[in-house]
Amino acid sequence: MSDFVSNGWSVFVAAATVLSLIACLVLLAIASRRKVIPNDPTTGHIWDEDLRELNNPLPRWWMGLFIITVLFAGAYLMLYPGLGSMAGSLSWSSAGQYDAEEKAARATMAPVYAKFAAMPAAALAKDAQAMGIGERLFLNNCSGCHGSDARGSKGFPDLTDNDWLWGGAPETIALTIAKGRTGMMPPMGAAVGNADDVKNVAQYVLSLSGSPHDSVAAQLGKAKFGACAACHGLDGKGNQALGAPNLTDKVWLHGWGEEAIVAQINNGKTNVMPAHEQRLSPEQIHVLAAYVWSKSNSGSGTAVAPKQ
Amino acid sequence: MSDPAVRALPAGADQTTADAASDDAATAVVSLYQKQQKIYPRSVQGLFSSWRWALVWVTQLVFYGLPWLQWNGRQALLFDLAARRFYIFGSVLYPQDFIYLTGLLVVSALSLFLFTAVAGRLWCGYACPQTVYTEMFMWIERRIEGDRVARMRLDAGPWNANKIWRKTAKQAAWISVALFTGFTFVGYFTPIRTLWAEAFTLGFGPWEWFWVNFYAFATYGNAGFMREQVCKYMCPYARFQSAMFDRDTLIIGYDVERGEPRGSRPRNSAIAPRERGLGDCINCGLCVQVCPTGIDIRNGLQYECIGCAACVDVCDDVMDKMNYPRGLVRYATQNALRQHYTRSDIVRHALRPRVLVYGSILATVAIALVVGMALRSPFRVDVVRDRASLARIVGEGEVENLYRLQIMNAAEQGQRYRVDVAGLPGLVLAAPIDVTLGAAEARWVTVALRMDAAAARSAGPGAHPMVFRVELRDDRGAGDWGAAQLEKSTFVIPR
Repeated sequence: MSDFVSNGWSVFVAAATVLSLIACLVLLAIASRRKVIPNDPTTGHIWDEDLRELNNPLPRWWMGLFIITVLFAGAYLMLYPGLGSMAGSLSWSSAGQYDAEEKAARATMAPVYAKFAAMPAAALAKDAQAMGIGERLFLNNCSGCHGSDARGSKGFPDLTDNDWLWGGAPETIALTIAKGRTGMMPPMGAAVGNADDVKNVAQYVLSLSGSPHDSVAAQLGKAKFGACAACHGLDGKGNQALGAPNLTDKVWLHGWGEEAIVAQINNGKTNVMPAHEQRLSPEQIHVLAAYVWSKSNSGSGTAVAPKQ
Repeated sequence: MSDPAVRALPAGADQTTADAASDDAATAVVSLYQKQQKIYPRSVQGLFSSWRWALVWVTQLVFYGLPWLQWNGRQALLFDLAARRFYIFGSVLYPQDFIYLTGLLVVSALSLFLFTAVAGRLWCGYACPQTVYTEMFMWIERRIEGDRVARMRLDAGPWNANKIWRKTAKQAAWISVALFTGFTFVGYFTPIRTLWAEAFTLGFGPWEWFWVNFYAFATYGNAGFMREQVCKYMCPYARFQSAMFDRDTLIIGYDVERGEPRGSRPRNSAIAPRERGLGDCINCGLCVQVCPTGIDIRNGLQYECIGCAACVDVCDDVMDKMNYPRGLVRYATQNALRQHYTRSDIVRHALRPRVLVYGSILATVAIALVVGMALRSPFRVDVVRDRASLARIVGEGEVENLYRLQIMNAAEQGQRYRVDVAGLPGLVLAAPIDVTLGAAEARWVTVALRMDAAAARSAGPGAHPMVFRVELRDDRGAGDWGAAQLEKSTFVIPR
């Protein structure tokens, strides 16, 4: 009973509980018999001058039920926690029950997952049962950030566009789910140069994906892009080993347009995907990775609306 | 203050005086917990007894028979708690349809109010399961142990072979009926034909075992042993129905004026009872012997009386034998007994404001329930917005919101649906949604709604109310789109 500093409270609660149970029985014994005036239907009690209490005896089986409740309470307190900090002879706890039920559920699912463990992602993507399980796992664990259609939103990557920060092979996806990822871009404003240089680089970045841009500024920015190339590569195609995004496609995780890119260069960004190996078993992660993989690989039967 | 000499204390009397007063009086010690007096009701035949037996047959044929009825290749009445589908003949109800159960319960309650206001404890006397099962159990008891006197003699007698045999046979018969009742009860929640097969291999699941035995135990205990104790001490309806009673409510009434003074007399005597100074009651005590709650109806209206009319049946028999007119104990109202109403007077007094109010509320709720059931949609839709990201920008400034629609097929055929949106200019589905569901299936469908940048700018930032329209394809017609469900939600445009 960690709620209390000293075990005096525990003793107090236990004593109060036991005394209350005994008091119930004592009260029953005292109240079961009563002196009355013969041939008088009242108990002799009078209130407010003329309000009398009729003697309407309860049936005896009712008294039996009352005693049974007291006995039940005694048995309950022996078996389960309740009497102060006593654990009870069954050593039951809600956490223990949860663990036992979870263990039982995992045991029930074990044969199903065992079947899936041997299957590669491409095979799982064609298995309706696996995809059903994958979808439920996704909705319960992933959709909070990536959206229930897995297409993400600003700051949360779209998982359906086959554009991967850390790699799109099923094993890599499984690793991302299990261990999490931390994508870190440092503030690069000083390294690039002055404010104009930053704007020029932003225009250059826009030009990489063929987006509308100022071509003169882009040419000027190209010279300053060297600071970015360490991670994003000279051609701007990114580096999946570092989680550095490809800048030559039209996927704008943190916003599109000069303003957003300038802010990104000046401020940097640390974006975290939490690790899930504590929440999900390796077998679950295997199925979930296959589900995520199927979202951007055709043949899964899942229609993906093209993103412009 | 009718008896001040004994009971009343002078105002301001202190406790000492009170104690002294009660000590002075002769006292006796009584137990406040009364041993149950076993009641041996005598069997009775007559009009009302026949009515009761008719209702026993009707209610029990329905109860025991319904689960065996098949419908479209499945059990006609099945409450599948695990799958949360409630099959009632042609319709499939979801937990969301609980409003209909509420309506049914309200109709039942109001019917009880109406019947009670007009004719007292009709439910208690004829149709209540407690009465019905007690009647069945007493019939078994009578077949095996004999009628009232034989049973009393058997109970008082020693435990000889005859008594052991009869008691054993009775218990065995009771337990069999009780177990079959428990089995039938469970058969409403788990397919009864499978359950019947399982019964022979004792292959029930743990909850089936529990409920079969628990319901059987309750039936056995209540109908075999508790009997009138249930009505007297447990039943809440027995307690609160006094609120529906008034002096024009039909009760089982003893005609005091006609019956008193009671007394025995030679049968078929030429001397009229009045000349002997006697009323019509011959004080045979049969009305007390047949009473299942062990009261004497001649003491007037009592809370124990369940209105079973056994005393009416038996007294009418006695009156016939005495060549007196029937109805010394009869269905009458308190006003009718006192003011000598004719039958038409009683009927006229039945139409009083209380009855009309109960009746009109009952009719309203019943009509609402029937209309509601008739207009019930063959499918249901729930809309849940994605919680974490309210909106996202896709492509070149288009605003997209994500929703999950749960579509529930509440019919026994497969259904096809399409989804549309309305209520906000420029709002469209990102991709058309066409869903096909199997019978009684429910599925979550992810729906993305999209609005182009210009429309989003003119609508302005914030949450805008809009409506999902889910349409059901009507396969009976030429593939027209039929019944539609409208569900409100919002579309969020970010700043």
